[in-house]
Amino acid sequence: MNTLVQTLIDGLVIGAFYSLIALGYTMVFGIIKLLNFAHGDLYMLGAFIGYSLLSLVTGNGEGAAGLLGIAVVLLLTMTVVGVIGMGIERIAYRPLLLAPRLSILITAIGVSLILENGSMAIWGAQYQVYPLQLPQTGWSFGGAQLTYTQVAIIAISVLLMAGLQLFVRHSIYGKAMRAIALDQTASSLMGIDVHRVIALTFFIGAALAAGAGVMAGAYYGTINFMMGFIIGLKAFTAAVLGGIGNLPGAMVGGLLLGLIETAGTLVLGGSWKDVVAFSILIVILVCKPTGILGEKVTERM
Amino acid sequence: MDAQVLLNISNLHAGYGKIRALKGINLQVRQGEIVALLGSNGAGKSTTLKAISGLLLPEEGSIEWEGASIRGLAPHRIAERGVIHVPEGRRIFSGLTVLENLELGAFTIRKEKRLVKEGIEQAFALFPRLKERAKQLAGTLSGGEQQMLAISRGLMARPRLLMLDEPSMGLAPIVVQEIMAIIAEINRQGVTILLIEQNAKAALRLAHRGYVMETGRIIMEDEADVLYRDEKIVKAYLGA
Ligand SMILES: Nc1ncnc2c1ncn2[C@@H]1O[C@H](COP(=O)(O)OP(=O)(O)O)[C@@H](O)[C@H]1O
Ligand SMILES: [Mg+2]
Repeated sequence: MNTLVQTLIDGLVIGAFYSLIALGYTMVFGIIKLLNFAHGDLYMLGAFIGYSLLSLVTGNGEGAAGLLGIAVVLLLTMTVVGVIGMGIERIAYRPLLLAPRLSILITAIGVSLILENGSMAIWGAQYQVYPLQLPQTGWSFGGAQLTYTQVAIIAISVLLMAGLQLFVRHSIYGKAMRAIALDQTASSLMGIDVHRVIALTFFIGAALAAGAGVMAGAYYGTINFMMGFIIGLKAFTAAVLGGIGNLPGAMVGGLLLGLIETAGTLVLGGSWKDVVAFSILIVILVCKPTGILGEKVTERM
Repeated sequence: MDAQVLLNISNLHAGYGKIRALKGINLQVRQGEIVALLGSNGAGKSTTLKAISGLLLPEEGSIEWEGASIRGLAPHRIAERGVIHVPEGRRIFSGLTVLENLELGAFTIRKEKRLVKEGIEQAFALFPRLKERAKQLAGTLSGGEQQMLAISRGLMARPRLLMLDEPSMGLAPIVVQEIMAIIAEINRQGVTILLIEQNAKAALRLAHRGYVMETGRIIMEDEADVLYRDEKIVKAYLGA
């Protein structure tokens, strides 16, 4: 019983990271039909920029950041990486929007390599220790442990996702986003600046991934320039699991993947973790390519 | 007929790659008019509207709106100036609700909440059936209702010029009549209209003036009732 509860808790935390990253994948796919394979690296970039900012605040981990300090670092990192995401769209993807699909896909892989190697050049190839001591205390019930940190991560993730959902459902720019996903030409005839809304989509997606990056850095304690690679593929799996292009699908898909993966690890052993995740991807692609919340292609986002 | 010229197109050339779809169009629309743009399939009517609304970059010629060139502006800039294009095939956002479609139509005036609200009320007054279906996905509407939504969505921006591309396409005759009556009503409320129609007779009954196009050129231009009475023209070029 206690291992079951523990699996649920751990799975939810990992799932929250997957969901936050999967959202950017699915939003970008929804609006310009691009599988942005550089997206996982924005999560890595968030972890590193958060690392550098936190080092400034805490003096390399000796001082305490304080809740306010952590909140400021989180928001600042999300903003900086959001702007970087917009820059990537502007420089690398926008000139190729009318080119064959394959060109832009290959460009995305190129962007991924630039981000990974650029980060290695700046922060080094070795693992870096996150300059932040988070409380390991919390509640324990019958052997299972729920730490304050885990609660905070889940709460922040829920807040971000609820905020996104409100924005996309109810704000005029959110509606414009959904309209562009359906028909760019008709949207431009309504007076919507299509490029600007696409840029906004990249900003939001990158910022969410960066938020996950900072939280993951703090949670796991160490970061590395390749940390975005596997998790990017996992988030892609989560997006496909929920139905690519579908926002609630990405949230559900991420949480579900986190839970299944953690449970699979428990049953099969830790070395099977990635096998479990990617088996799910293959099964979904073969059996239900539209995902669990998959809708008709015309009803994206 | 001395009303102010709102839209002035001269010597407009445009095309798609090697295909030259417009070969020197001259066309004016004056304040308060309904102008019909007629011609058989492939004549270049839709291409003319696409050039005006910025979807297609002209190769040559000028497009002036209220005395200033709008040639080469992005579509959203042209919409912001009050030139609204309701494209061929309606192109409503099928995965969004009727209400969301209307709200997006008001994108250019989104900061004036009161005008948006009034616009929605006016749309519902004009087409009560849209009100009943406000929360429904637009893709579930019938063809006629979708056309009504496309027109209402265009009106939400409070256009100075509304360009309608074949609003009667694919609709039952009774619905066509209804749509035509609404177009006349919109015009009475002060909106200038450029109307493309296959159904030449129906269009000329509404319009003040008409242009007839063939293979990228304007071959005739006159008062609507003159064109309407000329059986030879109607038979030869308008297939009615
Ligand atoms: N997207 C396009 N690509 C290539 N040719 C096109 C395209 N749209 C229209 N055309 C061609 O341009 C000409 C004018 O078309 P169009 O303006 O749509 O005519 P109309 O609206 O009068 O039926 C036709 O010969 C048509 O085949
Ligand atoms: Mg046409």
